[in-house]
Order: sequence, then structure tokens, then C-alpha cells
Amino acid sequence: MIEKTQSPILRVDDLRVAFGARKKWTEVIHGLSFDVNPGETVALVGESGSGKSVTAMSILGLLPPGQARIEGNIIFEGREIPQLSPDEMRRLRGGDIAMIFQEPMTSLNPVMTCGNQIAESLAIHRGLDTRAARAETLRLFDRVRISDAERRFSDYPHNLSGGMRQRIMIAMALACKPKMLIADEPTTALDVTIQAQILSLVKELQEDEGMAVLFITHDMGVVAEVSDRTVVMRNGDLVETGTTADIFGAPKAGYTRSLLSAVPRLGSMAGESLPRKFQIYSRNSGEAEDIKINETPASAPGAPLLKVQGLTTRFTLRKGILGRVAGRVHAVENVSFDIRSGETLALVGESGCGKSTTGHSVLRLTEPDAGTVNLNGENVLEMDKDKLRQARRRMQMIFQDPYSSLNPRRSVGNSIIEPMLVNGLATREEAHYKARELMTQVGLLPDTLERYPHQFSGGQRQRICIARALSLEPDLIVADESVSALDVSVKAQVVNLMLDLQQRLGIAYLFISHDMAVVERVAHRVAVMYLGEIVEIGTREAVLGNPQHPYTKRLLSAVPVADPSRRHVSRVIDEREIQSPIRQPDYVPPSRSYLEAAPGHMYLDADIS
Amino acid sequence: MATFLLRRFGQAVILLIVVSMIGFTILHLAPGGPLSQYAVDGSMTQADLDRLADQLGLNRPLPVQYGEWFLRMLQGDWGVSYRDRQPVLDIIFSHLGATLELMLTATVIAVVLGVWIGTLGAIRRYSFFDSLATVGAMVALSIPTFWFGLIVIYVFSVGLDWLPSGNRYTIGDGSFWNRVHHLVGPSIVLALVSTAVWSRYMRSSMLDVINQDYIRTARAKGVSERRILFRHAMRNALLPMITIAGVQLPVLLSGALVTETVFTWPGMGRLFLDSISYRDYPVVMGVLMFSAVIVLLGNLLADLLYSVADPRISRQS
Repeated sequence: MIEKTQSPILRVDDLRVAFGARKKWTEVIHGLSFDVNPGETVALVGESGSGKSVTAMSILGLLPPGQARIEGNIIFEGREIPQLSPDEMRRLRGGDIAMIFQEPMTSLNPVMTCGNQIAESLAIHRGLDTRAARAETLRLFDRVRISDAERRFSDYPHNLSGGMRQRIMIAMALACKPKMLIADEPTTALDVTIQAQILSLVKELQEDEGMAVLFITHDMGVVAEVSDRTVVMRNGDLVETGTTADIFGAPKAGYTRSLLSAVPRLGSMAGESLPRKFQIYSRNSGEAEDIKINETPASAPGAPLLKVQGLTTRFTLRKGILGRVAGRVHAVENVSFDIRSGETLALVGESGCGKSTTGHSVLRLTEPDAGTVNLNGENVLEMDKDKLRQARRRMQMIFQDPYSSLNPRRSVGNSIIEPMLVNGLATREEAHYKARELMTQVGLLPDTLERYPHQFSGGQRQRICIARALSLEPDLIVADESVSALDVSVKAQVVNLMLDLQQRLGIAYLFISHDMAVVERVAHRVAVMYLGEIVEIGTREAVLGNPQHPYTKRLLSAVPVADPSRRHVSRVIDEREIQSPIRQPDYVPPSRSYLEAAPGHMYLDADIS
Repeated sequence: MATFLLRRFGQAVILLIVVSMIGFTILHLAPGGPLSQYAVDGSMTQADLDRLADQLGLNRPLPVQYGEWFLRMLQGDWGVSYRDRQPVLDIIFSHLGATLELMLTATVIAVVLGVWIGTLGAIRRYSFFDSLATVGAMVALSIPTFWFGLIVIYVFSVGLDWLPSGNRYTIGDGSFWNRVHHLVGPSIVLALVSTAVWSRYMRSSMLDVINQDYIRTARAKGVSERRILFRHAMRNALLPMITIAGVQLPVLLSGALVTETVFTWPGMGRLFLDSISYRDYPVVMGVLMFSAVIVLLGNLLADLLYSVADPRISRQS
């Protein structure tokens, strides 16, 4: 690496942050120190609760005054930030240090036009008048590659996609040529192809403007992609700091090793056809735990269970006096696949591709327009209410957000017992006994049944959701982004649990996910969805190892690689937005034909644009 | 937008029909009737009363009476008052001005005070001011309007002699300041409950908004706290208030009924009470229908305003 002789632009020295009120303070950052040099990118990584966002917020003084106490020193260009007056602080924010946030959907004011929100920054810090601010805003739009800048200026945030909004946020941050940019998980909420675009944009702008970047993320792949130096945090403590190459090449701390080892790496399953559990690493020593974890073979597919044919779900958009049909969302268009018992079919694709709607349509949580869904030879779509209820007993669902999918006012025991009682499968005592058994099965203490969801962590809650789904002994579980919200190590554990249950109980999974690396681990077969259609389907080995459809290739190439040495291999960044599946009312989907790359490996014979 | 308007209009018509049926039925089921006025002093014989009932059409079956009243109402003929033979619509319009004056003033007071108290309470949450405002709102909501009105009259008119105790202006002096002077008492009394309601809703709406991500964004780009409050937070926090304004309209109308009576304010509320005690059915039904129309129009207006004020709604088509 280049030797930096300059003095650091930002120095965080023995930072301690505590939350609380009235003498009851809980310290969440315990003496953190690190430097950021001019023009350098430093990544702050850690799992949830590590205090990385709190650190960023305390640098900009954004923590709620009175509820947060900051000790230690934060020195920016020789000035002690905690000592600044409110006016000086205001000039610093947005002027010298700019910040972009995780949630582009909620980080923009919904009642102000995008242009005005940027122009406001220019007016405050650079004193530009309305016309000059507008001209400069248009230039900034161009800088962050927002096309049609004139129109976008007067658009409100809700008119834009998540990726577009994040570009607006970046334009806002760049408005006053800050010396440093703090990016707090800026790509976590975005799709992987959009993430790649935003990352390359940030890198490019950083080189042009010569600003320092403090990049906060939980994703080791993103760290490897962007940062010069890395600071690893855990529970408010500094674990390790060093150049990114060193951290990835020769991590010293056990925790760093465990974090790196836990990262699912795309391509690590080459040459294997069956799913394989994640190796679990000790958080302290970084050594592999439970070496025998993969001795039991993964489940091999059994008899055919679910056969979906020509499944089509559209949502009608109406407008006008008579509710004229203005267009249709072709959410699921002529989708066919089958799943055997004990098999996992992964449905992958980006937001809006229809993968969740497909899952819902199979369970008839959303009523499909056409097609057949055969479960054990019976068509679910033709069942009456009673039969459907019985059928749903055999098809359960696990959702993405373990926080909102459990009733907060109901003990977890009650949540697990309810499905059994509702379906008349057991008496209260039997159900209670069974619930204890299920808790053990998902790796939780049966004695915690009386507790309420808020007393569990995210990973534990997802285990509870799994226990609830298992209580009906289903043949099929639709797992809709079930591990996406979890930290890497927890993700590995939940995935292992799901594989374990599959092998023991022969459950089939329809595993809906956007995370290619996890999919590679769990899936027997993979179906790639784009704009409501399956563009490629086949065994996991074939689809990920030998992708045929251009969209599959694009998706795979956008996944960040957790290896800093491979970063400078030039990647062609696709500047395309994710397409919308909204069509005119008279749109007739073209008839599609699939080509066969290998037995069972089919892909759509059509160019996507 | 047109679909929305048409649907709302249809709903309004159905609601009006239901309101009129219920009002008409209750009125005629109540003991006594227009004729009881004449019966009390004994100067009329039963034959006279029967003849009168026949003339007024009161001896026909209720549905027939309703049907006739309804059809005429649609044609703009809201009947004539039993009391003074004036057309009902004329009577209503002659009282409308006074009520609107009172309600508008009270609304302005309630909105300005309520928004201010609510906002301050939200940004200084759990402060002394906030606790005071919370207790104050509870007290204001618990005080019956008629009692508060009497207290205001007792203290400020009888005791301190600062305010007139009733009427819209002094007879013979219709000057602007004289009218304003008369307006102070009743509008404060009428505004009390609404102020309490507004301040509570505004507080929770503001609390909601100041914890949003986009407020953090504004702070991170160096916007001053003042500008954050007025440019970023206020507009978002006021959006739900538009709906509250619509919902508050009937509360305000019924409050006006009591306030006008206490302050002998010559508006629709007092007209309504007077007409009930005179068994002046055409006027009672007229005021009832008129109020219903005002409430429905007010809510429709609130919804339209909302879609104008919130870009997320107006732009989505």
C-alpha cells in the first residue's frame, strides 16, 4: 500500500458512547480509536449491535442530545468536534462531512421535490441563489448519472426507485464538495446489481473529488470491494484494524477470522451437487467448531411433491371515472417448476421480479389468475375453502422479518401452539408438549416458551418462526427471504438448522432469496426469475456454474467478492435500472420457449434488454 | 380523481337519505308534536286541532309525509316554518352567517393554538410545558362546554365586566370592533375542546415526523433546527391534521349548538334548539339536513386538500 505521510483528516480517540437518562447510562462504545487519512476509504465492519452506526452518528453529532453521552475525542482537521458550537456543527455537517444512509426509501423528505432537497444544501452551505442552485443541482444529477435531470428535479422521492433515491442522496452529499463522506450501509437495502452500480459510483466520485470515505457495512464482500483500510468492531469494542489486504489475508483476531470464514462465498460449492451446511466458527478463537457438522450427508430429493404449471398472477391497475384498466403488473407470468420432497428449489431474482408473489400464489395467499399448483397430485387452485385449509397444513411459510412476523403480545409458546389447535391436531396439553419438543429441535430451550418475542434475538425469533411452521408437520415450507435480515454467523446457523430439518424430516423448501451465496449452499436446484418469468432453471451446479441466460450472468457478476485482491479486475458495471413488470392492458405476453443446455437445465430463448 | 369524486358523491347522497330518514322518524316518534303548541292553552277544540292537522298534512302516514317532504326538498322547497310562515331555507340562511363567523373564528384559534402547543410539546417532550399541555388538554376535554360558557360569562361579563354576556353586537352599534368584542367569549368557549384535540393530534403527529429518517438526513446536511422544524417537519406533520379538521367538523357544529345557546348567539345552533322547543319540524329537519351537508362537504374538501398537499397521493395515477 502507499505510505500515507499526511496527518489524518479524522482522528477518533478513545471514543466512549453511552445511552440512557438520569444517571443510568449504558455504555455501547468502549473506547474506540481509529484514523481516517485524506482521500482514503476506511471500512467500519461488524455485526448488528457492534456500534458501527452509533460511531458514525457521534462523529456528526446526530445522536439525540440528552439521551446519549459522548466521551473521548473526535478530531476533524484539528478541530474537536464535541466542542463545536451548534453553528459550527451545522457548517461541518453537509459542508465538510456529508453522510448517506441505509434506507434510501425513507431518508428523503416525501413532500419536497428531489431537486429542492439538493438545492437546499447548496443554498445553506454555498449561499447559491435559486437559479444557481438549480443549475448546480442539475449538474450534480448528471454527476451521479441520473438521466433526464430536468424532469427528475421536480420529481418527488416516491416516483423514484431505491437505487435512484440513493443516487439523489449521494448527489446531496456531494453538493458541497465535502472532505469526507460517511456512508452508513448505503447499499444494504439495494439489489445486488444496483449495489454494484452505487459502489462503483462512490469509488469513482471519491477518486475525482479526493475525499475520504468512512464506509460502514456488515458485508465483508462490500468491504473487500471498496476499502483501503478496515476497522473491525464487535459489541462496541475495536477488534482489529489494518489494511484491508492484511485483514483479509492474515487476520489476527479470532473474531475477524470467524467473521471472514462465515461469509458465504459464491463459487465455494463448485464440484458439489448436494447442499452443504456452513462451518460454524468460534466467535472468539476463529477456530472451526463442530467439525463433524458435514458428516451426515445432505438430503437427496425423493418423490415428486409439488408441480406448478403455467402459474400466472397479475395485478390490475385502474384509473379514470369508470375504473378503466390502465395497465397490469405481470408479477408472475407462466411460471412452471416442480419440487420433490426433501428438495430445495431456490427462487432467485431482484426486487419486483415476482419471486415473492410466486411463493404467495402457490399457497394462494395471493389468488393466481391461471395455472395449476399440484400438491401430491391435487390442484390447490381448485380447492374449496375447507380443502384449502387442510392443504395449507402441509404448506407453511416463513417470512423475512422475524420481528414483525411474531405477535408481540403473545408468548412464543402460544404462537407455536396455535396452528396445532386451530387445525385440531392436538389437545392443549399435547400441543404444549409438542411445542417443547419443537423448541428443542430448533435449538432453543423449551423453558423459554412462556417468554415474549422481544426477549429473543433476531436469529432466535427466526428459529421460533421455523418451529411454528414445523408444528403442523408440513411437507413444503415456503421460505421468503427467511435469512436475509440476519447477521452472517446467525444466518449460517439458521441455514444449517433448515438443512438439518430437511434431512431429518424430508421437508421440501421453496427458498426465495436474492442472496446468491446463500442459495449456493442450500439449493438442490435454482430458478432465476426476471420480470415475472423464470429465465433459467436447473440444478444449482449447472445454473450457477454454467449460466446460460444473460440475466443470470449479470446477476452473478454483480455479487461482491470477499477478496480484496480480486477487486481491481475490471468489472463491467451495468448501468441499467431494474425493469418494471407493468404493461399496457392489451399486452399479450409473447410465447416463450426454453432451450435445454443440459438435461434438466433450461433457459429462456429470448434476449432481455 | 374523477372516480374518487363520483364515489364520494354517491356515498354522500346515500348518507343524506339515511340521515333524513332517521331524523324524520325520531322527530315524529317523539311525544308531542306541532299541534301540542295549540293544545296547551285550551282555546282550541279537538275539531280545530283535527282541521289544523289535516291542513298541515300531519294526519297522513309517516312514509307519505316523508316522501312528500323529501321530493320537495330535492326541488329546493324545504317547506315553511310553522312558527312564522317563513321559507325554511330563508330562515337558515339568515342564521348561517352568525354560525360561520363563530365557527371560523373558533377554528382559527384552535388550529393556531393547537398546532403551536402540540409542536412545542413534541420537540420538548416530557418537559414541564409538555406535561402542563397534556394535563391542560385532559381538563379541557373533560369540561362540559355549557358549564365553561357560563363560567366565562360569570367571570368576564358579570364579574370583571370585560366582555358582553351575549348577542352578536349591541343593537344600534354594528361596528367591527363591537362585533369582535362580542365574538371573543363564545369563540374561546367553542375553541377550547378543539384546541385540546388539535394539540394532542399535532403532538403525536410531530413526534412521529421528528423521528423519521429524512429529518436525520436534513440534520446531516447542516440544516438549522429552526428550518428543519418549519421546512421539513411541519409540512409532514400537518398532513394528517387535514383529515382531523374534517373529522372535527361535527364536533365543532354540536359545540356551536351549546355555545350559541349559552351566549344567545343568533346562529343555526340556537335556531335548532328554539325550533325543537317550538316543535317547528320543517326548520328542525332543514337545519339537520343543512348541517349534514356541511359535514359531508367539509370531509370531502379535507380529502381533496389532502391529495393536493401530499404529493404521494396526487401524483399516483
